[in-house]
Amino acid sequence: MAFDWQPVWLTLKLAGVTTLLLLIIGTPIAWWLAHTRTWYKQAVAAVVALPLVLPPTVLGFYLLIMLAPDGPVGRLTQTLGLGTLPFTFEGLVFASMLYSLPFVVQPLQNAFEALGPRPVEVAATLRASPWDRFMTVVIPLARPGFLTAAVLSFAHTVGEFGVVLMIGGNIPGETRVLSVAIYDLVETLEYGQAHLLAAGMLAFSFLVLMSVYLVNGRLTRSHQP
Amino acid sequence: MSEIEVRLQSQLGDFELNVDFTAPAQGVTALFGRSGSGKTSVLRAVAGLVRTPQGLVRINDEVWQDEKRFVPTHRRPLGYVFQEASLFPHLSVQRNLEYGMSRVPEQERQIPYHDVVELLGLSELQRRAANSLSGGERQRVAIARALLTSPRLLLMDEPLSALDHGAKQIILPYLESLHDEFAIPSLYVSHDPNEVARLADRMVLMDNGKAIAQGDAANLLTRLDLPLASYDDAASLLVGTVSSHDHTYHLTWVSMHGGRVAIPREDLPVGRRARVQVQARDVSLSIRAHSDTSIINILPARVIDTQDISQTQVLVRLELEDGQTLLSRITRRSAMGMGIREGIPIYAQVKSVALLS
Repeated sequence: MAFDWQPVWLTLKLAGVTTLLLLIIGTPIAWWLAHTRTWYKQAVAAVVALPLVLPPTVLGFYLLIMLAPDGPVGRLTQTLGLGTLPFTFEGLVFASMLYSLPFVVQPLQNAFEALGPRPVEVAATLRASPWDRFMTVVIPLARPGFLTAAVLSFAHTVGEFGVVLMIGGNIPGETRVLSVAIYDLVETLEYGQAHLLAAGMLAFSFLVLMSVYLVNGRLTRSHQP
Repeated sequence: MSEIEVRLQSQLGDFELNVDFTAPAQGVTALFGRSGSGKTSVLRAVAGLVRTPQGLVRINDEVWQDEKRFVPTHRRPLGYVFQEASLFPHLSVQRNLEYGMSRVPEQERQIPYHDVVELLGLSELQRRAANSLSGGERQRVAIARALLTSPRLLLMDEPLSALDHGAKQIILPYLESLHDEFAIPSLYVSHDPNEVARLADRMVLMDNGKAIAQGDAANLLTRLDLPLASYDDAASLLVGTVSSHDHTYHLTWVSMHGGRVAIPREDLPVGRRARVQVQARDVSLSIRAHSDTSIINILPARVIDTQDISQTQVLVRLELEDGQTLLSRITRRSAMGMGIREGIPIYAQVKSVALLS
């Protein structure tokens, strides 16, 4: 039997899309959390962190109910002409984003807080507008945070299983990602194929984390005053 | 209306900021006070880095803040030098210098890049990484970076306080030359009377969130009703002109109307304006003009008022013939013995004089 690359590509696509969207959405959330002083800041922070402690099945279960044709989000997506999300690639992206949100928000929030107000103030006194300050000072100085966020989000999405199974099922080419494929292979006792995928995943995860630590170590050192 | 007007009011917990001062839009105005007196808060509000609920900030005819308006910091043509240099660590020295300059429209750039780089001695440093510089070098880059935006007001928040004595002595002349070279009005926050004496023309004295006095720096430094005069290193500021050089004894004479003082030989042209500082503890008093003393600086003066500063010491405030004031700290016993009182003529014997600029 030829090696089936489809789950690998699908997984990489899912992780890539999720990470990209999460960086766009997570950055303002992290910025807000790093700077706000409202009383409900901690509540928002707790909600963001929920996926860290909840079993993925719990998250997947509620998502399934919400996204179902008669669920609140499901009705909305139907009204907007988007159809329903469960058991589609888009649904998987949505679920993965929720699931990996803390892995993006927390490193970014830490990076923004570590930056402190000073560099931004200096840039303001040097005529830089808020957007200009963000692009030319905050992003370059928080680069280790962005890198960590991107890598963790990517890796975490690659490794998810419970949520995918609940919300995506097992549709080849649409929702059948690596982790699900491995599960399937094991169920059908195809250990050879399972080994190949599982070992590949192990090596991939190790390399990813290793490179994060290496790059972060180098970046933080070079930015020490 | 060539002036800087600042009126600010805000309540921050227990701390109430309530200041109201006007300074001429030229020269250096020092915001002077103990730490926690609200100096930095004033500077930050002038820059728009904090927004006080009530306030007016006006530079000449440009209003930066009033009841209706609040111009955001990046639209205020100011330069700000922070206590720590705060260079951008991800940029080279040159990119740091260009950061503000490149954001100012070309036709508004008044200060040429190379002039600033040369004045602050940065030509060798331009290619270096910002975080490879020493503390003094960084602060010089930060000052240059602020200048290159061609600001209409320069705000400096204790730019020397994070530096060691040596680095301070290196930077002070640069700060003095800014004044002559670019004529940008500045607000200079400091808690060091010597720095103020050296750099400031005018000063605003801050205490507990309020501006308690403002005026000519030389005058405020010697006012007996203000806390400055009772400092252990209380000093007066005198302005005169270089009148001659004594080659035999290596002295330079600085003349004022009614007298002259000697400083160790300095290579200054005759006729140049000179600012000198005299410590109150270095001034003794005498009823008659002695010539049999080792002190060569003897100035005729008149006693304006006196104040006890401890059980043993008294501060005497003198007016020289040209109206400048001089502080003398002597023992209460001597003051009693000599019959020092308001209005009497007297001779001030000045043991040592330091040239400021």
